[in-house]
Amino acid sequence: MTSLAPGQELQPGPNIDHSADVDLHGGHPDFRMFGLATFLVADAMTFAGFFAAYLTFKAVNPLPPGSTFELELLLPTINTAVLIISSFTFHRAGRLLREGNGPGCRLWLMITAGLGAAFLAGQMVEYFHLPFGLTDNLFASTFYAITGFHGLHVTLGVICILIVWLQARSGGRITPSDHFGFEAAELYWHFVDGIWVVLYGILYLL
Amino acid sequence: MTVALPSDLSPQPLQPQGWLRYLSFSLDHKVIGLQYLITGFLFYFIGGALAGVIRTELASPISDFVSRDTYNQVLTLHGTVMIFLWIVPVVNGAFGNYLIPFYVGARDMAFPRLNAVAFWLIPPAGILLISSYFITGAAQSGWTAYPPLSLTTPAAGQVIWILSVLLLGGSSIFGGINFIATILKLRRPGLKMMQLPMYCWAMLGTSILVVLSTPVLAGTLVMLSFDIIAHTGFFNPALGGNVVVYQHLFWFYSHPAVYIMVLPAFGLVSEILPIHARKPLFGYTTMVYSILAIVVLGLIVWAHHMFTSGTPPWMRLFFTIATSFIAVPTGIKFFNWLATLWGGKIALNSAMLFASAFIVNFVFGGITGVALAQVPFDIHVHDTYFVVGHFHYIVYGGTVFVIFSSVYHWFPKFSGRMLNEHLGRLHFLLTFIGFNLCFAPQHWLGLNGMPRRVAEYDPQFTLWNQVSSVGALLMAVSALPFLVNVVVSLWRGAPAGDNPWNALTPEWLTSSPPPVENWLGEAPLVKEPYGYGIDPARLRVDSTSGLDVWMGGNR
Repeated sequence: MTSLAPGQELQPGPNIDHSADVDLHGGHPDFRMFGLATFLVADAMTFAGFFAAYLTFKAVNPLPPGSTFELELLLPTINTAVLIISSFTFHRAGRLLREGNGPGCRLWLMITAGLGAAFLAGQMVEYFHLPFGLTDNLFASTFYAITGFHGLHVTLGVICILIVWLQARSGGRITPSDHFGFEAAELYWHFVDGIWVVLYGILYLL
Repeated sequence: MTVALPSDLSPQPLQPQGWLRYLSFSLDHKVIGLQYLITGFLFYFIGGALAGVIRTELASPISDFVSRDTYNQVLTLHGTVMIFLWIVPVVNGAFGNYLIPFYVGARDMAFPRLNAVAFWLIPPAGILLISSYFITGAAQSGWTAYPPLSLTTPAAGQVIWILSVLLLGGSSIFGGINFIATILKLRRPGLKMMQLPMYCWAMLGTSILVVLSTPVLAGTLVMLSFDIIAHTGFFNPALGGNVVVYQHLFWFYSHPAVYIMVLPAFGLVSEILPIHARKPLFGYTTMVYSILAIVVLGLIVWAHHMFTSGTPPWMRLFFTIATSFIAVPTGIKFFNWLATLWGGKIALNSAMLFASAFIVNFVFGGITGVALAQVPFDIHVHDTYFVVGHFHYIVYGGTVFVIFSSVYHWFPKFSGRMLNEHLGRLHFLLTFIGFNLCFAPQHWLGLNGMPRRVAEYDPQFTLWNQVSSVGALLMAVSALPFLVNVVVSLWRGAPAGDNPWNALTPEWLTSSPPPVENWLGEAPLVKEPYGYGIDPARLRVDSTSGLDVWMGGNR
C-alpha cells in the first residue's frame, strides 16, 4: 500500500469525517530540543538525589569496621578524558554534517561511539578490580548504584549514536539541513559527559 | 502495474471515530484530557471504596471488620490511589491538557504524542497497583513507604507498589515537560505571559515542581527496591544504612507533590470565580508572583514532615520559618479571591457553590497547616489524626471541591450539554455536609492523642470516630446524584451552546464541544481574560472568531 499523506484518500469518495486525524505539525516551529532540554533537567535531578544521598551517607554514616571503600584514580581519570574527548568528536561530527560531509560525519560518529564503548569497557574493568561488591557496605552500594545508573545512560547514548550513524547514510532521515535526531543525540551525549564530570568529582575526588 | 479499485470502495477513516476515540491512542489534547478525567474518576471511586473500608473499621474501637494486614493494605492503597491516580492526573492531566492549548491560543499541546504516552502509562500502572491486592497482597507501609517497615513487610506487594509509582511519576514528568513547552513556547502571536489566564501560570509553576522533584522520588524508590530485591543497605540500619536519608529524599518530592495537587486547583478556581461573580480577578500580578513564590518556597520546606525524626534543632528551626513563610503568598491568593467576589454579581450555581466552599475549606486547612508548621505543636500531633484532618481539608476540601466545581463549569464545553442544577445542589449539600462531618472531628481526635494508620483505638475516641464515619457515608452517598447527573445529562441535558456562562477565555469562544482544531478560524487573541463588568467598548478582545459570541450574551 502506498503511503498516504494525512487526509489523502485513495480516490474521490463520499464525505469521510477526518476530524479525528489531528494535524501533527500544528503549524509551529520545532520545539523538540526545548522538550529534550527540559527532560534532561529532570534526569539531572534524579542524579542529584543520588548524589545527595551519597554525600549524606558520607557525612553521617560510618564505614563498618572491616569494610573497604577504596577507589583508585588512574582508570577513572583516563575514562573521564575519554568521555570529554568524545564530546569534542561528536561536536566535530556535527560540524561536518552541516558542511555536507556525510562520510566525514559518519567517521567521527563512529569514533565517538568507539570512545563511548571504551568508556564502558573501562568501567567494566574497574568494576572487576574493585575490592568490594554491590552489597558489601553502604558506600559500595551507592557507588555501584550511581556509576551503574550513569553507565546505563552511556549505553543508551552509544545506541543512539549508532542509530544516528545509520540514519546519516544517504537516504536516511538525517541530512545536512534537517537533523533533529543528530542534535538530540549530541545534547544527550554532552549531558551524560557533564554528569560524569560531576560524578567523578564527588565520588573519586572528594 | 496499477490495480483498478471498485468505484464504490470508500476507505475507512484512519482513526477511530466518536466515543471509540476515548479508548484509542488519540493525539488530540481534548480527547486525552477527557481520558484523564474519566480514568481519574474511576480511581476516585476505587479510592473512595477503600476509604469506606477504613471508616467502617474505625466505627468501632476494636479491629473487627478486616484483618490487620488487610487494613494496612487498604490504607496504603487509599493514599496511593487518591494521590497518584486521582488528584495528580485530574488537576494536571485532565484540565491541564484540555484547557492549556485553548488558553495559549494553540491547536494542541507542544508534544501530542508524548501527551498520549503520558496518559496511557496510567491505566496499566493503576491496574498493576490494584491487582497487587488480589494477587500478591498489596504494600502495607502506607503511601510514604518508610523503611524499615517497607523492608520488612511482604516484598512482592511493595515492589509492585514501587513499580506502579515509578510509572505514574514518569507519566507526571512527561506531562510537566509538555506543559512547560506549551505555555512558554506555543502562545499565539500577540499573547504575552502576563495576559494569560491564571490557570496557565498555575500549571507552569506546577510543572516546574514536577520536573524538579519527581525524579528525586524515582531515584529514591529505585534505591528502596534495591534494598528489597538486591539486599543492599541504603535505608536498612542493620546493613549500615540510614532511614532518615530516605525520609529526606522522599519528602523532597512529596512536599512539592502537595503543591502539585493544589496549585492547579488555585488556577482553576481563579478561572471560575470571576465568571460567576461577573468581576475581574483581583490582583492578577500578585497572583502570579504568589504562584512563583509558592513554587520556590515549596522546594525548601520538606523537612516539616520530619520534625520527630531526630532532626536537629537548627534544621527544625529553618524549616519552621520557611514553612511559615509559605502562608504569605497563599494568604495573598486567598484574599484576592475574596476581593474578586466582593461586590460581585454572584450566580450561586453548582460550580460557584463548590468554588466558594473551596475558599472556606481551604482556609481551615491552611490554618491548621500554619499550626503544624510550629515544631512544639507538631511534636504533639505528628502522626495523629490531626494531620489526617489537616491534609484532607486541603486535598479534599480544597482540590476535590475545585475538581467538582470545574466539572460543573466545563461540562457544557466538553459535551455541549448542561448539567442539571437541582442534582448539582443536592450533590453539593451532601458533599459539603458529609465532608465536614467526616474530617472536622479528626482534629479533635488528633489533639487528644488518636494516632493515624490504626485499626484499633482507645474507647474514649469512639463517639467522634462514629460521627466521622457517618460523614464518610454521606460522602459516599453524595456520589450518586453526581453520577446520575453526569450520565443522564450526557444523553438528555439541555443544549449548552457555545458560551452558556458568557465567559471571555478562549475555550468559550468556540463551539461546544470544540472542533478538532479548537477554533474554526484563527485562534482568538484575548488580552483581557477577566474583563467582566467592564464597559464592552473599553474591552480589548481582538478576535476574529468569537467576538460576536461575547457581544451577544448578557454581561
